[in-house]
Amino acid sequence: MLSLNNVSKVYYPGEPNQQTALVGVNLSLEKGDFLTIIGSNGAGKSTLLNIIAGDIEPDTGSIGFSGAEITKLPAHRRAAFVGRVFQDPMAGTAAEMSIAENLALARARGQKRGLNRALNKNSRQEFSRILKTLGLGLEKRLDESVGQLSGGQRQALTLLMAVLGSPKILLLDEYIAALDPQTAQEIIKLTREIVKDLDLTVLMVTHDLNQALKTGTRTIMMDRGEIILDIDSAQRKKLTVPDLLERFARVRGRELSDDRILLQTR
Amino acid sequence: MLVNMLTGSLEQGLAYALMALGVFLTFRILSFPDLTVDGSFPLGAAISARLILGGTHPLLAMLTAVFLGMLAGLFTGILHTRLKIAGLLAGIITMTALYSINLRIMGRSNLALLRQPSILTIAQDWGLSRTGATLLCFGLVVLLIKVLLDYFLHTELGLALRATGNNPRMIKSLGVAPRKMIILGLALANGLAALSGALVAQYQGFADIGMGIGMIIVGLASVIIGESIVRNKKIVFATSGVILGSILYRTLISTALRLGFSPTDLKLVTAFLVIIPLARPKKGWLQGLKKITFPGKEAD
Repeated sequence: MLSLNNVSKVYYPGEPNQQTALVGVNLSLEKGDFLTIIGSNGAGKSTLLNIIAGDIEPDTGSIGFSGAEITKLPAHRRAAFVGRVFQDPMAGTAAEMSIAENLALARARGQKRGLNRALNKNSRQEFSRILKTLGLGLEKRLDESVGQLSGGQRQALTLLMAVLGSPKILLLDEYIAALDPQTAQEIIKLTREIVKDLDLTVLMVTHDLNQALKTGTRTIMMDRGEIILDIDSAQRKKLTVPDLLERFARVRGRELSDDRILLQTR
Repeated sequence: MLVNMLTGSLEQGLAYALMALGVFLTFRILSFPDLTVDGSFPLGAAISARLILGGTHPLLAMLTAVFLGMLAGLFTGILHTRLKIAGLLAGIITMTALYSINLRIMGRSNLALLRQPSILTIAQDWGLSRTGATLLCFGLVVLLIKVLLDYFLHTELGLALRATGNNPRMIKSLGVAPRKMIILGLALANGLAALSGALVAQYQGFADIGMGIGMIIVGLASVIIGESIVRNKKIVFATSGVILGSILYRTLISTALRLGFSPTDLKLVTAFLVIIPLARPKKGWLQGLKKITFPGKEAD
């Protein structure tokens, strides 16, 4: 359903700060796959998501979606089938607009936007209904501006918006990293429910190895622009975080060094 | 005397309110500092004056002004989004080009509209006084535009435009090309500015090549005055605030005149009127002054 074929990307080629982000990456995902992506800083995780979203064009290689090649398709055209949640809770919503208006923006994902009123009684009822599923009481605050919400509430709303308008692929880029642990847990739980309900294909970047193994159906580990480990759901069941670190050391011939990852494995 | 001053401010405030709504659309809604207004406002005055002198119906002349103003905005939008010229500079380039175009349209630097038909004379023919005709015509035009603009900013397209100014990355991830929204917003804003220019030309009875100088600051002053009075950020209230701000701005200016300022000093007065609310001092006397004048709107 989604395939990356031999995708490479170098930032600032030929300049002193040249940086290799992806090296000949091949990846193939089926409908309903939930992929978690781990790796240290600079491993290429975010570049991978940006390339799928269309924010970045690969230097070489191609991207296929549902049998069509989408390598050159700009980000705003891919939005019809790609929903996305960024790490920054402020990034996914328009702060000065109301909750209902943000949802209306998201529902028209990838569609032609015309001169019809964006909100009416029906859409407001629908938005109330789906906001209720969050259990945050946002359904009573439809007309409040999003800027009034907490980071966690905003991220929950962004998640809801990312799956409105029926996208096929959901990209989650460390989307709970900026939240407190309890809120993060609630958002993860919500994500599982939504993904199951809508049968989405998900790519989730995380620095939490434990969570990477517990969430989703498949885990890849990236390092210096390459996919170095690809663990399917059968293998994942037996795998622990120390095993993962040990496998990394075996494959790469060095220890995994990333403070953020190591801190939370102790 | 005072009544005269107030009705005069009301008439002028309404005529310039459309331009201020245009500035509100670019600066506030789209977060795009568009300076095209200094050229598109006199463009509207020039083309409508020229057409009225040539025998065109005033309403048709005004529609043409809107159309040409939108073209000017479109041009700035293309300079910025396609040719990647910085927003401020793109507006200045168009504004500069329009100076020559406006001279071409008028044929000289000033076109008088003595004893020419205008929407005001048409209304006067219905038996209204000059003031009555002005207030009715300008009031109706401004109300119509305000209602249309409020409606538009709540449509699917309008929401996308607002989100482009608020969070361009987000709106891109939802399938809208920000550059299209920027072009659309600039076209609308400059269409409004040109319409405003057409109203002012008919009101004062002439179009002048210099009438656009500092227009952007006048527009900003109106927007800022409006915001300091109408605090509600909802679109319907915000646009009302801009119109109110435009009227109050004219009242302030005529007060300044009564206080003995020379008309040639008014741009200086306007400039200072804009500096105080826009300044973001960390500390010092200006900060104290701002706390008094704009409570709750301190620099962050």
